[in-house]
Amino acid sequence: MTAAVSAVVPARPRPQWRRIARRFLHRPMAIVGLVLVLAFIALAVVGPMLTSDPDLQDFQVVLSPPSLAHPLGTDDLGRDVLARVANGARVSLLAGVVSTAIALVVGITLGLISGFYRGWFDAVLGRIVDVLLAFPFLIFAVGLAAILGASLTNVIAALAISQVPAVIRIARGEAMSIRDQEYVSGAIADGSRDGAIILKYVLPNAASAFIVQATVAIPAAIIGEATLSFLGLGVQPPNASWGILLTGAQQYLAQAPYLAVFPGLAIALTTLGFNLLGDGLRDALDPKGHR
Amino acid sequence: MSVPTDGDEVPVLEVRGLVKHYSSGSRLTRDRRVVRAVDGIDLTIGRGEIVGLVGESGSGKSTVGKCVTRLTTPTAGTIRLLGRDITHLSRARMRPLRSQVHVVFQDPFSSLNPRMTVEQIVSEPLKQHGVGSRRDRESTVGEMLEKTGLARELRSRYPHELSGGQRQRVALARALVLRPALVVADEPVSALDVSVQASILNVILDLQADLGFSCLFITHELSVVEFISDRIAVMYLGKIMEETTRERLFREPQHPYTQALLSAAPSADPAAVRAQERIILSGDIPSPAAELPGCPFHTRCPVAVERCRTERPALTAKADPEHRTACHLVTADGAPDLQALARA
Repeated sequence: MTAAVSAVVPARPRPQWRRIARRFLHRPMAIVGLVLVLAFIALAVVGPMLTSDPDLQDFQVVLSPPSLAHPLGTDDLGRDVLARVANGARVSLLAGVVSTAIALVVGITLGLISGFYRGWFDAVLGRIVDVLLAFPFLIFAVGLAAILGASLTNVIAALAISQVPAVIRIARGEAMSIRDQEYVSGAIADGSRDGAIILKYVLPNAASAFIVQATVAIPAAIIGEATLSFLGLGVQPPNASWGILLTGAQQYLAQAPYLAVFPGLAIALTTLGFNLLGDGLRDALDPKGHR
Repeated sequence: MSVPTDGDEVPVLEVRGLVKHYSSGSRLTRDRRVVRAVDGIDLTIGRGEIVGLVGESGSGKSTVGKCVTRLTTPTAGTIRLLGRDITHLSRARMRPLRSQVHVVFQDPFSSLNPRMTVEQIVSEPLKQHGVGSRRDRESTVGEMLEKTGLARELRSRYPHELSGGQRQRVALARALVLRPALVVADEPVSALDVSVQASILNVILDLQADLGFSCLFITHELSVVEFISDRIAVMYLGKIMEETTRERLFREPQHPYTQALLSAAPSADPAAVRAQERIILSGDIPSPAAELPGCPFHTRCPVAVERCRTERPALTAKADPEHRTACHLVTADGAPDLQALARA
């Protein structure tokens, strides 16, 4: 009896982060997601150093298809598409990740406080969120970007602000359902301060919802940045961003479809990568998950 | 600490006239309903005493536990913990006093934070009250887990990796780690297998003998209170019907409700079962939302008289000061015998 019990118990417990890493690495799709995301981060960080000047125009090779000299071809001004996609990755990833990070920090803070305490703060914030959620995400972002003016900082600000209401809504709902859990009553009986309850009980138990939200929001923000740039409200040419590359490509869709294919592929693969990474993280962070 | 030094003079818990009403329905329309979960109860728990609070579901026994631990605010009455009035203390003012009272819930699956390890859960009260250094806390937690009979290897486990019995041991260790004067145990074994129930009850008794805390033990199972309690209070519809020592309650129950309750309890002794008539009550427990005049039990009581329907009986001692009953028919000369009535 005792032998059977002790056989199940590992001799030395693994630290928490190693268990999470182990669970994550047991999921092939999660690894695919991680590789994709890392690949695009590498492209954004290292790519521009390895490729030629993205603004260098070579009128000898205007609209040339992919070749050894220009692996992804050249655009209508003879600029190297690979160099422009790599430079665009910086702008797109920066806009997607930074705006989502800002929105999560602001939204989770406000949402958890609002849902945990309820009361007048929740009533007021709830109505404001209702009004803001009436605007579709992109319309709201376009409106804000138009008011703020076209620049990378303003694009990030516009995308962050327009994501905040959805994050507040999710965080508030999570806080409301978790505060009624018996383990929160237990924490109150422990003598825990409200701050500790929110940080140690509410936030960790809501984390998977936020990770899912982040993996949906980052790609949406990347597409948002592309849309704003496409509309001329974001980064201005000749600077490269995936949205700007698509804008330029649309006039030459018939002659040079690869101009749209490569930035489009970059957007699609980054989106896929973040989604897979998010699914994997959510499962790995759930202590009820197997292994 | 603020613990009075005059020992047995001050009861650990003193509840007077406790009332908790919940209101439901719309605030705008007239159909507001008041549910009288607890409707004026008195309860005293001395040092080192285990008091069982029994009742059917809906009798308000868990609400008493929530009020006593100040997880909710009572509507009226007073609650004194170690002589200090805690009835209306704010969450912040109540916080330092939480080292003196803790709670064990019924369902150990939902009462432990799924994102914390056993070690973190048990050390949390120490951390929140700023007790000891990190190393001190570690050894206190280890000691406490040992006392509850939990293997050392399980400390880094998460609650979902444990069995129900192991989880309830963790909950017990968490409740006792600050050495509180009072532990409220709200149906702590009802969610467990019968085979595990006994071992948890034994752990509670051993720990009580070792640490000397007082305990309010809430349950609907008579066999459990009989096993664990020094004194027992029987609740019905938000009120205490009868309160006395364990021996007396099981030997000579006075209140008709207690008699009916005892006759319904299963027994392992066939001779005892045959000797006993089962008293079958008609109807269900009335809704606590309805305002009932007189004795709360009169709608189901087989011996109720006119006075029971109009006048609410007080919980008073009749013959023996240790035996208090809320029934008009119980007098110093005796009590109605439902067994005899059922046999006739």
